[in-house]
Amino acid sequence: MHVPDGFLDAPTSLATGVVAMAGVGLALRGARRELDDRTAPMAGLVATFVFAGQMMNFPVAAGTSGHLLGGALAAVLVGPWSAVLCLSVVLLVQALFMADGGITALGTNVTLMALVAVVVGWVVFAGARRVLPRRTSSIAPAAALAGFASVPAAAAVFTLLFTVGGQAPVDPGTVLVAMLSWHAVIGVGEAVITGLVVGSVVAVRPDLVYGARPVLAERELEIREVVAR
Amino acid sequence: MGAGHKHRLHYHGHSPVHRTPAHVKLLALVAFMLVVVATPAGWWTFHGVQAVLLLGVVAASRVPPLYLAKRMVVEVPFVVFALLVPFVATGPRTDVLGLSLSEPGLVAAGALLAKGTLGVLASLTLAATTEAPDLLRGLQRLRMPDLLVQIMGFMIRYLDVVTGELGRMTTAMRARGCEPRSPRHWPVLARAMGSLFIRSYERGERVHLAMLSRGYDGSLPS
Repeated sequence: MHVPDGFLDAPTSLATGVVAMAGVGLALRGARRELDDRTAPMAGLVATFVFAGQMMNFPVAAGTSGHLLGGALAAVLVGPWSAVLCLSVVLLVQALFMADGGITALGTNVTLMALVAVVVGWVVFAGARRVLPRRTSSIAPAAALAGFASVPAAAAVFTLLFTVGGQAPVDPGTVLVAMLSWHAVIGVGEAVITGLVVGSVVAVRPDLVYGARPVLAERELEIREVVAR
Repeated sequence: MGAGHKHRLHYHGHSPVHRTPAHVKLLALVAFMLVVVATPAGWWTFHGVQAVLLLGVVAASRVPPLYLAKRMVVEVPFVVFALLVPFVATGPRTDVLGLSLSEPGLVAAGALLAKGTLGVLASLTLAATTEAPDLLRGLQRLRMPDLLVQIMGFMIRYLDVVTGELGRMTTAMRARGCEPRSPRHWPVLARAMGSLFIRSYERGERVHLAMLSRGYDGSLPS
């Protein structure tokens, strides 16, 4: 899933590196608003959680398996800025300590999985939250939709980068069709898992779900009379 | 937390490569890989020189080659893709063992494999010869934003704690007849992930409070 070294040419890798640095720089400022001075320990622990979540594989087709990207999931749970930071740090740790994803492709990987997946996931989630009835039960389906959209979106941007700086003479149209159809399937898995995980957190600790805060703020205190028996 | 904080790929040693400061190794890795990536497809001798250089560093690090070779499996999905390229690539076709393959595709696949393999081996060598705290200090010296270094430090510190927790939860689920790979059990798995998130978040809050009580003011004492 991670782009390795040599897959895209050097100019494209450097350009995505600049994009990634700008995006992470913005996220560093934004995350202070979401998590204030708790940013370092909280984002660190959430990054660890995302990493653990990515270790869970689900079977896709023909014996291959995909795993959670976690971009949309992290965006809904801790907010988009913190999610960008968490995902970027996960990718950095994977590149430096696990040789997963090339060091020159780090910018590409951050752009695709930390920026595109999180931003698309968050925009879709915010849109769906607006359309669906304003109840806590709408949060999980909105998150599932965001999870689904985030995966093909990242795949589409990858195809775009591949068209610009790909190092293999493959027809971009073929790549686009293959990437989108394959990642639509992975997106379904991502959607189901994202929706279920967000749903289970909303059921237990809705106050922890960043995406549920506007809905929670509107909830009124309900006092019910219960007849003692 | 009693166990050593050594990360999984690290290979203990005292070679010149182990002793080189981490920021030098990081810069060397990035520079080396940029040269590798910028090498045009088909310059096989150039890739050969790069491989000899890299193998020289590996030999100097005295990390057993088998140790690195076993960990190169992370490359496998990418190798499968590279092997597919000659079949789908455009350009004039040629016959190899009765299969019709694209000529530019073969060259591109060879270059992809060479660059990818060099990249994985170089990254593995860095990971095997550098301890996590040294690498963090190296990134700090290279002016990576302090907050990012801190987040990374926390992630590395709690990586084994959280993955260990996930492992115990999976064991408990399996003991109760849950098969994590089957989609039928995804709801159970998702609830486990949900509680893992809550536990991680609450652990983060406790860590933050513990840090505050020890005088944390937004930056770690060096």
